[in-house]
Amino acid sequence: MASPTRRSDLAAWLFLAPYLALFVTFVLIPIVYGLWISLHSWDFMLPDKPFIGLDNYISLMSPDSVNFSPFWQSMQASAIFTVASVPLLLVVPLAVALVMNANFRGRNVVRAIYFAPYVLGVAVVGVVWRFVLDTNVGALNWLLGALGLPDSIAWLSSLPAAWVALVGVTVWWTLGFNAVIFLAGLQDIPKELYEAAKVDGASKWQAFRNVTLPGLRQVTAFVTMITIIASANMFGQSYVMTSGAPGQETRTAIMYIAQDGLQNFRMGQAAAASWILTLALMLLSLAIFAVFRDRSGGETA
Amino acid sequence: MKVLRPAALGLLTLLFVSPLLFMLLTSFKTEREAVQTPPSLIPSEPTLQAYERILNASDTPVFRWFLNSMFTATLHALLVVATAALAAYALARMDFRGKNVVFGVIVSTLFVPPVILVIPNYMIVGEWFQWLDSLTAIIVPTAAGAFGVFFLRQFFLQLPQELEEAAFLDGANRWQVFFRVVLPLSKPALATLALLSFLTNWNDFLWPVYVLFSPENKTLQAGLATLQAANSVRYDLLMAAAVIASVPVLLLFVIAQRYVIEGVSRSGVKG
Repeated sequence: MASPTRRSDLAAWLFLAPYLALFVTFVLIPIVYGLWISLHSWDFMLPDKPFIGLDNYISLMSPDSVNFSPFWQSMQASAIFTVASVPLLLVVPLAVALVMNANFRGRNVVRAIYFAPYVLGVAVVGVVWRFVLDTNVGALNWLLGALGLPDSIAWLSSLPAAWVALVGVTVWWTLGFNAVIFLAGLQDIPKELYEAAKVDGASKWQAFRNVTLPGLRQVTAFVTMITIIASANMFGQSYVMTSGAPGQETRTAIMYIAQDGLQNFRMGQAAAASWILTLALMLLSLAIFAVFRDRSGGETA
Repeated sequence: MKVLRPAALGLLTLLFVSPLLFMLLTSFKTEREAVQTPPSLIPSEPTLQAYERILNASDTPVFRWFLNSMFTATLHALLVVATAALAAYALARMDFRGKNVVFGVIVSTLFVPPVILVIPNYMIVGEWFQWLDSLTAIIVPTAAGAFGVFFLRQFFLQLPQELEEAAFLDGANRWQVFFRVVLPLSKPALATLALLSFLTNWNDFLWPVYVLFSPENKTLQAGLATLQAANSVRYDLLMAAAVIASVPVLLLFVIAQRYVIEGVSRSGVKG
């Protein structure tokens, strides 16, 4: 019996089929396959890929293994970058969004200009800044010198200058993205609330604290979440600008995984490392989620 | 104060874009002028040397990279829009067994960090499909991301159902309703998704760097990585290549600014 539900079932699956084929092949299977790879001594170039259980994980976790310190140094680099970049990636875009939220002529042009770097790839952003930050011929050191400041800073190969450079470039590159999301949030705050605050004699700062910030809570939670995840996944800036220098200090976790797995072809090890990183990122996401839920629950109560 | 504020904003904005202006100006300098100190602002003898040197070089065929990037980003965007629109329509408007499970699984992968897919997808692309060093590897696997389906489903759910119902009453079938009623109503959303997919693919970096090897097969982003890894970096060449990699996306952004910014502010997609 060809019931209507059945026919609709078939049609629905036909609509879904092309996407699901991609989704299963390049998302679902890889998740499981990656776990499988991580349980083997897996080299892309070698025919033998013996099963070794949890050895790859154990080797990443035991301090006396040769893999321990490069991996955890890269995890530390990602952590440093995340901690240093996220506050700036929240505060600066919010400030930009507040400026854009005012009515002035040419506002859309200014908004587009501050967003523009984001549409450029990290490779373009990286090489342009590598040039600007070059120790000997870079424009920044020249400018610092002209202002009478230290003018031979090795921005891309010394610490902490390299972190300043990586964070600064990332802020320049992606601030427009976060600003646009903040701006949408600002525009959703009812104008009446500001008028009411004005009537009550609130100063600009009070209005910001008591109307703007609470009104942005959800947007801020969203932006914080995606920014932390993006920063923890940093790869291109280090790859292009510092190549991990000095030493391997600015080599991030993603860069370690890519080099270990796709350059040295130690894929079992790299797959295990990417599982550890993934679990860390998921725990981090849950923690942020909990923080924001607690706080909003507490204040509405 | 009233005059100072626009001036300050203008100055700040100029400072903000100065690295890009500097990139553009440097690309027209000679090899020597590009690295002179103090740096010159305007090229003293503007030249196309850098562009001539890289456009058709055998080890760094930038023009070829440009075509490769155009080709992959365009096909990728079409593939994303076509597959996501079909799937999103089924999930938004059709009733079938397993619907909630399918949607749940797709959406939950939005929270899976992409790094977990890199190593296994390299094996799948390399061993199962033999796509290493081929542009197919850049076009297809990343089209499996859940964002497009999620984004279009949200849009379809907001469409008024009356038009679709009227078409059904007129005897149209599912496919006709989807193709002749729903898609035309969804042009802004489809354009936004196509645009974001094009930009993402054009700028994709880690994957092309490791998956493409031959000079003639690289995309611009992967090629830039090769150019800058050369033993003695030529900044004039690097800036010319960076200009070539920036112009198409900047143009696209200027033309379709509204879609890009609205797409981002409504849903949020981070690179």
